[in-house]
Amino acid sequence: MLNYLWAYMIIIGIIVGAFTGNMPEVTQAAIDSSKDAVQLCITLVGVIAMWTGLMRIAEKAGIIRALTRKMRPILRFLFPDIPDNHPAKKYIATNMIANMLGLGWAATPPGLKAMEKLQELNPNKEVASNAMCTFLIINISSVQLLPINIIAYRSQYGSANPAEIIGPALLATMVSTLVGVIFAKLMLRRKKV
Amino acid sequence: MRFVLYISEYLIPLVFIYIVGFGLISKVPLFDEFIEGAKDGFKVVFSIMPTLIGLMVAVGILRASGALDFLTMIITPVTNILKFPSEIVPIALMRTVSSSATTGLVLDLFKTYGPDSLIGRMTSIMMGCTETIFYTLSVYFLAINIRKTRYTITGALLANLAGIVFSVYITYSLFG
Repeated sequence: MLNYLWAYMIIIGIIVGAFTGNMPEVTQAAIDSSKDAVQLCITLVGVIAMWTGLMRIAEKAGIIRALTRKMRPILRFLFPDIPDNHPAKKYIATNMIANMLGLGWAATPPGLKAMEKLQELNPNKEVASNAMCTFLIINISSVQLLPINIIAYRSQYGSANPAEIIGPALLATMVSTLVGVIFAKLMLRRKKV
Repeated sequence: MRFVLYISEYLIPLVFIYIVGFGLISKVPLFDEFIEGAKDGFKVVFSIMPTLIGLMVAVGILRASGALDFLTMIITPVTNILKFPSEIVPIALMRTVSSSATTGLVLDLFKTYGPDSLIGRMTSIMMGCTETIFYTLSVYFLAINIRKTRYTITGALLANLAGIVFSVYITYSLFG
C-alpha cells in the first residue's frame, strides 16, 4: 500500500512541478525535507524517551495489571457473548489499556492474542463474530489519554503551548469511542431481534 | 468549555505523580527502570527515522510542486460549506490508510501554517482521536484469516468521522 502511495506522491509532485514551473522548488524541498526529518527525530527522541521511560515504570509497577482488573465491568457490558473468565477478556483489557497509554507496540501482541481467542469461540471461522467486530471498532477508536507524538511535533515546530490540545483531544477521542461503542451495541441488538 | 484547557495543563503532571507514586509503593527501582525504558524510546525513534525521511521528502515534493495547493483549491467550495479547512482534507483521507504518511502531511502543515494556527490546532486534536482503520483491520483480521468483516469498517469509519466532526467543533469553540 505504502509503496504505491509513496511512488505516486513523488511522481505526481514532479509532473505537477514540471507544469507549474516549480522545479527548483521541488528539488529544494526534497533536500530540505530530508534534513527536516532528521532534525525532527533528534528533538523527538527527548519526548518519546521520557514517555517510554515513564511507561516502563508503569509496567513494572503493575499499573497496567491493576487497570486491567478494573476493566472487568466495562468488558462485561461490551462483550456479553464472552464467558466471564475467558482468556480473551484479559487480552482485550491489556490491549485497551496499552492503547490508552499510547503504547502502540505493547498493544498489538495482546490484541492479536485476543483475536485468536475470539476465533476459538467463533462458530463460523471465515466471518467475524460480534465480539471481534466490537473489539476492533473499539480498538481503532480507542481513547487516547495523551497524544505524546503530536505534542512533540508541536513543540518542534515552535508551538507556544504544545500541550494545550490534550484536553480537547481527550474529549474528541471520547466522542469517537462513544460513537463506536453505540454503533457496535446497535448492531448487536439488531442481530438478536 | 474552558475546563478542557485545565485538563491540558494538569494531565501530564498528574500522570507523572500517579506513575511515580505507584512505582514507589510497589518498590520498583524507579530511576533504573526509567533509564531502561528511555533506551527503548531511542530505538523507537531511530527505527522510524528512515520512514519519516522517505515520507517527508515525498510530501515536500508534493507541496513544493503546487499539487497540494491545487487539490486544496478544488475542494475548497465544498469544505467552505462545512466550515472545514480544506488544507486538512488530505490528512483526514490519508489518516484511514497510513499512519506514517499522515505524519508527513501533519508535519508539512505545521511547518507551513504553524502548530498554533487554527488549522494547526484542529489537526492536532484530530490526530488525537482518529486511527489508521484499514491498516489495523488488515493486521488483525489477516492474523486469524477472517474474510467477512461485517460491520467493522462501517463502525470504525463512523467513529473516526465523529472524532473529526467533534474536533472541528471544539477547535472553533475554544480557539475560533
